[in-house]
Amino acid sequence: MKTVEDLERIRKQAKVMTKLREGGETTKVVVGMGTCGIAAGARETLSAIMDELARRNIQDVIVTQTGCIGLCEQEPIITVERPGEGKVSYGKVSGERARKIVASHVINGQVVGEWVIPAS
Amino acid sequence: MQFYRSHVLICAGTPCILKGCGAVRDAFITELKNQGLEEEVRVVETGCLGPCDLGPVIVIYPEGTLYEKVKISDVPKIVDEHLLKGRIVRDLISEGSIPGIIPYKEPVYFGIQERIVLRNCGIIDPSSIEEYIARDGYQALAKCLTEMKPSEVIEIVKQSGLVGRGGAAFPTGLKWSFTANTKDDQKYMICNADEGEPGTFKDRLILEGDPHSIIEAMTIAGYAVGATRGFVYIRGEYGLSIDRINQGIQQAESMGLLGDNIFGSGFSFKLEVKKGAGAYVCGEETALIESMEGNRGEPRVKPPYPGTHGFLGKPTVVNNVETLANVPQIILNGADWYRGYGTPKCPGTKVFTMTGDINNKGLIEVPMGITLREIIYEIGGGIPEGREFKMAQTGGTSGGCLSGEMLDVPMDYFTLPEKGSALGSGALLIMDDSHCIVDIAESFMRFFVRESCGKCAPCRVGTVRLHEIVKKVACGDGTYEDLEILEDLGRTMRETSLCGLGQSAPVPIMTMLRYFKDEFMAHIEEKRCPSETCKL
Repeated sequence: MKTVEDLERIRKQAKVMTKLREGGETTKVVVGMGTCGIAAGARETLSAIMDELARRNIQDVIVTQTGCIGLCEQEPIITVERPGEGKVSYGKVSGERARKIVASHVINGQVVGEWVIPAS
Repeated sequence: MQFYRSHVLICAGTPCILKGCGAVRDAFITELKNQGLEEEVRVVETGCLGPCDLGPVIVIYPEGTLYEKVKISDVPKIVDEHLLKGRIVRDLISEGSIPGIIPYKEPVYFGIQERIVLRNCGIIDPSSIEEYIARDGYQALAKCLTEMKPSEVIEIVKQSGLVGRGGAAFPTGLKWSFTANTKDDQKYMICNADEGEPGTFKDRLILEGDPHSIIEAMTIAGYAVGATRGFVYIRGEYGLSIDRINQGIQQAESMGLLGDNIFGSGFSFKLEVKKGAGAYVCGEETALIESMEGNRGEPRVKPPYPGTHGFLGKPTVVNNVETLANVPQIILNGADWYRGYGTPKCPGTKVFTMTGDINNKGLIEVPMGITLREIIYEIGGGIPEGREFKMAQTGGTSGGCLSGEMLDVPMDYFTLPEKGSALGSGALLIMDDSHCIVDIAESFMRFFVRESCGKCAPCRVGTVRLHEIVKKVACGDGTYEDLEILEDLGRTMRETSLCGLGQSAPVPIMTMLRYFKDEFMAHIEEKRCPSETCKL
C-alpha cells in the first residue's frame, strides 16, 4: 500500500465483510423456514437466492429466515423489503422463481406481479 | 469474495477461551457441515464482548442475537433452529445487550455504556486487518501522515483532554510534547501492556480484541513525537495478546502500514513486542524501561523523566494500552467530539473490569463521571443473594476503597482523589457485607510485601511493617496505638517512596481506616469481627 487511495480501496472491499454486523438500511429477503416451508422446498429456495446473489456479486442484501406465517399452502414463501418500500410476499417460490425474483425485484426494484401473494 | 447470509461471532477473549469457546467453535463448524450450511454461514472468532461471566458468549448476525453460556450440546439446536429455520432459541438468549450490537430485546444491562475504546471488540475478527480497515482502521494514521504536522497531532490530543488510563492520569498530549520538544537522533515509543493490578484485565482484552488499534495509535504517536521505533511491552502470561499483536504487526508490515515511508510520507516506523516476566513493579514506566534494557526491574530516580531520558537514555514516550486505543478516534472525530463524552475536566470514557460480589461480571466501557451506584446497580445488576454493598476497590490493590457513602460520587480521575481515593487502572472489585475489612487489608498488604522491588527503604521496610501491624490487628492482638502507627507509616511511605508502588501501597489501608475504623476498633477492643467472617 502506498497511498491513501489504496487504503480507501481496501476499506470499500472489506466493508462487505462487516456490513452484516452493523445494521443500517439495506434490502432484506426473508425466507419462510417453518416445517411447512422446508417440506415445500424452502431449503432449495434459500440456496438458490444465495447462489444468485453470489453469482451477481451482490453483497449488501440481508438474507434471513422466519417461521410459519400461517399460509402453509403458499410455501415456500419469501418476502422482499427494499429500503423505503413496503414488504412484498411471494408464494410457491421454487428455486427457479427465486432466481428471477432476485434479478428483477431485489436488484432492479421491479416487483414480479404474477407470484405475489395478494393482501386479503 | 464469498457471500454469507449469516455470521456467527464467537467471543475468543481469554475468559471465554477458559470456558471452552474453542470446543463450541468446533461444534459449530461440524454442525454447519452436517446441515450443509457451511457455504452460507460464516464462523468468526472475535474479541471480548464484555459479559465474561456469561461465557462462552456468541452473537449471530444479521439479527444480533446474543447467546450466553453456550454448551456444545446447545450447538445443534442453535444451528437447526436459528441458522436453518430462523427461529431464535429463546431459552439460550441473553437478557442484556451490548452497544454496537443490534439488540434483540430492550437493553437490561450494558445499557448506559459508550464504546470508543472497545468499538471493535466483539464485532471484528481481530486476526483480520481487512475487518479493522473496514471499520475505518488506519484512516487516522493516513490523515496524520498526509494532512497534519506532528505538532498539530499533539495539539488535537492536548485539546481532547485525554489523560493516561494506566492510573496516573497524566495528560497524554503534554507527555508527547516533552518528547517531541527534545532533540535527539533516536526516540522511542513504548506501549505499556504490563497490566499487573490484581483484577484488571482490560488491556489484555483490548489487545486481544482489537490489536490494530494499538498498532495504529503507536504509529501516530511515533509520528507526533518523532520516534521511529516502538515496543509493545506485554507481560509474558498474556500469550494470546502477544500472538495477536505479532500477527497484527506482520499484517501491517506486509500492507506497508508499518515500515519505511508509510503512505509515501517519508515517515518510517518499526514495531516489536517485548515480553515482561511478570513483576508487578514493571508496570511502573522506569522499571519497565530497565527491564527492557535487560536489567533488574527496578524504578529509576526521577527526574529525569522518560520523556527526555528513557529507553537507552533516549527520549521515550510510555503510554498505557487503553490510552492509546482512544487516539485514532480522537484524530478522526476531533477533540470536541471526544469532549462530548465524560465530564468537562475529565473527558472520554473509562474501561472497567467488574469482579467480585456483583451479578454481571465482565468488561464495560462507561463515560467518565458515572457514579458507582449506576455501575453496580444498573450495569452490574446489583449484589447477588440480596446482600448489602460494603465497599468497592478501584484500580486493583493500589487504588482506594470506596464505601457506601461514595456511591454517588462521580468517578473520574479528579473527583475521586479529592475524596481521598483514586480511580486507578480500571479494576472494580465489589465486596458485599460478608467480608471483613481487616482481613482484606491483610491480604492486600501481603501482596505488596511480595511485590516490593526492595530498591528504596520506605517501600521495602514499610510494606513489611504495615503487613505485620494489620496482621496483628486481624489476630486480635492490636492496640489503638497500632492504628496511629499505620497512619503515620502510611503517610511516610506516600511521601518518600521512590515510585508509585510504595507511594500507593498504603492507600488501601489509609482509605479503609477512614471509612471502616469501627471495624478495626472492634477487632482491637472487643476482639470481635463485626462481619463474623475472620478467624477471631
